Formats: sequence, structure tokens, C-alpha cells
Amino acid sequence: MKLRTLVLGLLAAAAMAVPASANTLDNVRKNGFLRCGVSEGQPGFSNPDAKGNWTGLDVDYCRAVAAAIFNDPNKVRFVPVSFAERFTALQAGQFDILSHNTTWTMDRDVGQGLEFIGVDFYDGQGFMVRKSSGITSALQLKGATLCTQTGTTSELNAADYSRAHNLGYKVIVYQKASEYIAAYDAGRCDGATTDRSGLAGDRLKLKNPADHILLPETISKEPLGPAVRQGDQQWGDLCRWVLFAMVNAEELNVNSKNVDQMMNSTSPEVRRLLGKEGGFGQELTLTADWAYRIIKRVGNYGEVYERAVGTGTPLKLPRGLNNLWNKGGIMYAPPIR
Amino acid sequence: MAERPRRAVWRDTHWRSIFAQALVLVALAGVAAWLVHNAADALTRRHVASGFGFLEHTAGFSISQTLIDYSEEMSYGRTLWVGLLNTLLVSAVSIVLSTILGFIVGIGRLSSNWLVAKLCTIYIETLRNIPLLLQILFWYFGVLQTLPVPRQSMTLGSWLVLNNRGVYVPEVVFGHGSWIVIATFLFGLAASFGLYRWAQHTQQRTGKRPVVGWAMPLLIIGLPVVATFALGHPFSLSWPELSGFQYQGGLSINPELAGMTTGLSIYTAAYIAEIVRAGLLSVARGQREAAEALGLPRQRVLWLVLIPQAMRVIIPPLASEYLSLTKNSSLAIAIGYPDLVSVFAGTVLNQTGQAIEILSITMAIYLALSLITSGLMNLYSYAHRLEGSA
Repeated sequence: MKLRTLVLGLLAAAAMAVPASANTLDNVRKNGFLRCGVSEGQPGFSNPDAKGNWTGLDVDYCRAVAAAIFNDPNKVRFVPVSFAERFTALQAGQFDILSHNTTWTMDRDVGQGLEFIGVDFYDGQGFMVRKSSGITSALQLKGATLCTQTGTTSELNAADYSRAHNLGYKVIVYQKASEYIAAYDAGRCDGATTDRSGLAGDRLKLKNPADHILLPETISKEPLGPAVRQGDQQWGDLCRWVLFAMVNAEELNVNSKNVDQMMNSTSPEVRRLLGKEGGFGQELTLTADWAYRIIKRVGNYGEVYERAVGTGTPLKLPRGLNNLWNKGGIMYAPPIR
Repeated sequence: MAERPRRAVWRDTHWRSIFAQALVLVALAGVAAWLVHNAADALTRRHVASGFGFLEHTAGFSISQTLIDYSEEMSYGRTLWVGLLNTLLVSAVSIVLSTILGFIVGIGRLSSNWLVAKLCTIYIETLRNIPLLLQILFWYFGVLQTLPVPRQSMTLGSWLVLNNRGVYVPEVVFGHGSWIVIATFLFGLAASFGLYRWAQHTQQRTGKRPVVGWAMPLLIIGLPVVATFALGHPFSLSWPELSGFQYQGGLSINPELAGMTTGLSIYTAAYIAEIVRAGLLSVARGQREAAEALGLPRQRVLWLVLIPQAMRVIIPPLASEYLSLTKNSSLAIAIGYPDLVSVFAGTVLNQTGQAIEILSITMAIYLALSLITSGLMNLYSYAHRLEGSA
């Protein structure tokens, strides 16, 4: 268990000893596949389904990167990694991109050698409690015991909120999502706390999901997004614009079903997105139809969202903040031009 | 020492071996220096901050069990102490429990009682062959978490409360003047011990043992009781009471600590039992026969003849069991017990990203704990070595 952290740490030290090839894209091309660090099972984000296929928003983002490079969304190897080990593993070169519903924070961006390439899900930390407890607000959690998992921002947010509102609750920290949710289910804790999207997914693992509710309070800002190693600008740019292309495609109403017709569109914005005008693909050292490949093989942001966590899925998360900026949300991508 | 024939230095085996060893040492030091240099270099290139300055920064997270004063406003350095003390607590308690249990099972396996011997064998063979992590998860999730919720606790009056939040017992509160009572108790103990030694000494000298048994309870129990009354009951009990979400007051042992100690003790006891059995079997058969021939009862043969001699064989492997136990306590994070690895090499590592610094500190601490433990055990071995042996 923890031995892995030690080993990873040593690996990191050893891997760092080997001069890291600065060019991740060349490595990915040479390998013939993308290596993508994902969670060990987070419904809606990166979770193996009954047939063992990875599904979710984080997973589909990596497929989009693979589609842009190889024109094949399946040229991805998913590397499950725990919350605690993910940054060390990325630094040690175990994968090329970390897509692990990771909160973009200043310390991680500036102090830990990561480069966040954007936000693919705006989230916030919440609380889940039993309906039978009669609790309807987080402010009623005075003296309660809460379960959460290590390696996330959740521990700090919970402590901040407790200090700010003088709640004095106790937080028990488990290593894995499966362990914290099992302990909560067994009654060790009065509540569970982590990102709302995580709670929505983890609630499905409980014996009787309907007996539990999410409290209305959102106690933190959790902009979740993929990250790469700092220092490889070309790779960072590529990953960033794959995400922007997905968001722009939704904004331009280009989706996996109509993308072939859209190739004949007269809209200059659509023509630039799909590589009919301008040399944006070449600038990323990709082909001109890089965004076409993403949309055709994986879909635009809205399609991926609905498929992974939307109202048609067990998580039933409404778009909310994650709607496009012109539809009441804050999802916004710089233009391709 | 015989005079060595004078030869050229490079042909002399003595100097050649020194030279070879020096060469290996230099090479090792070179590799180490290269690793350190490259790690430092790579950290700079990858824009990862390094150094130990983070230990002063505010931690900002809470810890569910703290033996020393701790709050979120304190530093990462403080969390290191909190985690270390939690590791020491779970290790120390488990070492004591596993030793007691291990001796019982080890001796039991050699018992002439068929049922006892077989049960002990089954215990050892089962528990040694199931991974420790599974056992800890079993005790925590399979046993402790299936206890009732606080409102439906299993209780024994207010003396013992058992629920899935922990075990609660009344706690003794030391009021004003209680140290005097404790002092009289300690004095009673010391005086009784002196009396016992005097009685033994007299018996050896004169063959007649003075009857002192009656004085001991008077000294050990009577004196403190008198003191308690004289001082107006300085002790009081704090009872566990249900308030809000859980029981407050009293002494509580949370399920994480209980799960860890149970898992560690029961698992390690199986190994200790085998060590004890090996130790007892190593004592020459004649020793037992001689003791029995003297008419010593079974219990006394065991405690006065066999075990003291077996200890010499038992101690060294026992020491390495203690070391394993301490290191195994790092599995604590699986069930949410805030030990050193969970708090420091877990949460702090995550918040700061200082992997190399934090793992070095953690490894150094485990190394130090291990060296101290084996040092103490070596001291014991040395004090109990056979006269004349090195």
C-alpha cells in the first residue's frame, strides 16, 4: 500500500536522474499510444464499466488527445493511480498526462512542478449525510465525525470550514474512495465530504443510495482539470487546445453526428475549427483535421459531459456551472483563430 | 602476530584487500553523490520547490487522534510529531499485547492437552498465512464497524459502552491532592517489596520465613485508601454520556486504534508463538527432567527453569518481530488511523509535494525506531548472556 508511495518516490528520484526527454509528444508518437493517469475508480470521471472498459469525463478527455494525435481514440493506456500518488507518478514519467479530477490550486501549479491545462469540470466540495439524521445544513454538523479520503483538497477545505464556523467536527482520513465510503456506510461517520461530483458518484456505491442526501452548502471552489509536467510547452499547448476544441465545438454546435456535414459549413469559425482554413493543426505539429478527429471519434464537450455525468446517467449532475458561458454556465474557451 | 614477509605493496594481499575495499567505498559514495546531485538538478529543472522550509508552514488540516495538543493552525513540523506519537502508541500497545498472546499460544502449542495444542496450532497456521492488511480490514470493517450505532450502543451500565464509534470506559479524573494518594500507593509497593526481600533473605539465612503476607495488602491498599479519605476523595470518575452525535466524556478508544492494535497483535502473536516454541524446544531435555526429578511442579518447571533459559534463544528473533510490527503499523492509513505514514508521508506529502524530503525524514524515523528497538534488545541479550560466552 504505502510502500508504493515509497517506491514511487524512489522511482521519481531515479527517473529524475535520467535526463527527462523534454519532448513528450515525440515519446507518445514513438510509443504509439498515450499513457493517461486516471483514478482507481471514480464513477462519471474514470471508472471501468462491467466489461472492463474505462468510462467517464476524464477518460474521454484522454481519448480526445489520442484521437487528435493518432486519429484513434483507443490508442490510450489508462494507468490507475491513487489520489496520493498521482503527482509523484506524473513527475516520475509513469504517464504523459494526468486526468484524475484534480483540483487546480496555486501550490500544485507553482510549487509542485505541474502545469494545469484547463478546467474540464467546475466542482465544489459538499457534504453527504443520512436522511434519517435530520440534518439539512452543514452548519448543523457541530461535533460530528466526517469521513474523507487522503490526497485531495477535501481535508483542508473541511478543516477551513470547521474553523470558519466553529463546528469542531472530527475528520477521519482513509486512503481510498472505496474505504472512506465503506466506513461512512457502516456508520463510522455522520457525514462524508469531498467534491460534490465525487459524492454523487460515491453515493451510488452505498447500500441504499436513496437514504442519503447532499447538503446544500458548497464550501470550496474546485476547478478540476488535466495536468501535465511543467517545462514541456509544446505538449502543454497541445493538451490545452484539445480541451478548448471540444468546448468550442459545442459552442459552434458541431458534434460527432453532424461533423461530416459541418465540413461543408460556410461559417468561418467552424471552418477554422475543422481545419478548412488556417494552419492551426500544423502549429500543434498535428494534422489539419485534428479537431475533426476529436469531435468525430469522441465528441464535443457537451456530448462527453452528458455521456459521463449528465442527467441521463446514474450521477444525474445538471450542467450548472459547467454549461457554456452563453447558456448560463462559466465553461468558456478562447477562440481558435 | 607473525611477521609478514616484506613485499611490494601491490603484491601484498593485505594491502590489496584494503585497496579493493576502498575502491568499492569510493564507487558507492560516487553513485550516492550522483543520485543526490541529479535529483536536486531535476527538481530545479522541473520547477519543484525543495528544502525543509515547509516544516514551518501552517498545516491547515485536522487529525482525528492526537496525543499532544494540536490544531489546524500549527505547523507541518507539529503534524510530524502527532503522527510519530500515534505510530509509537499503536506499536507499543501492540508489542505488549502480541508478546502476552504469543507466549500463551507458544506455550499452549507444546501443551500435553490435545485440544489446547491443536487449537494453538490452528491459530498459528491460520493467522500466519493470511495477509496482515486483510486481517486489519477484517477487524475494522468486519467486526468493529458492524457494532451498533451510538444511540443503540451495547452497554454495561455506564462502565463499558461499545458502538461503532469506539469503546468507552469511565476515566479517572485526578483532582487536587491525588498525587499524595499515588505517592502512598507507590510507597506501599516499595515497602512491600522490601518486606518480601527481607523475608526471603531471612529464610535463606535462618531457614525460617517470617510471616509478612498480612502486611502487604495493608500497605498497598490500606494506605492509599486512608489517604483518599483524609484528603476528601481527590479522585472522581468521568462517565461516558451520549450527547449530540456521540458519547462524550470517559476514556475512549476509537475503532481505528482498536482495529490496528487487534490486527497487529493477533497477527504478530502467531509469529511470536513460534519463536517461543522454538526457544522452549531449544532448552536441553535434561533440564526439564532434572527439574521434574527435584519434584518441582509443572508450572514452576516452566517459569523457573525452561523460560529463563529459552529467553536467550527467543530474544533475537523476538526483536525482529518487534521491528516488523512497528513497520507494519504503516498499514494504518487503510482504516483511517492517523499514523506517521498517513499524516506525514500521506497528507503532508500531498499538500506540499515535497516527496524526497518527506520520504527521507520518514525513512530516517523508521530506521531510528528500528535501531533503538534492536539496541534495547541487544542490551537485554548482553545482560543475560551465558557466563564465559562472548
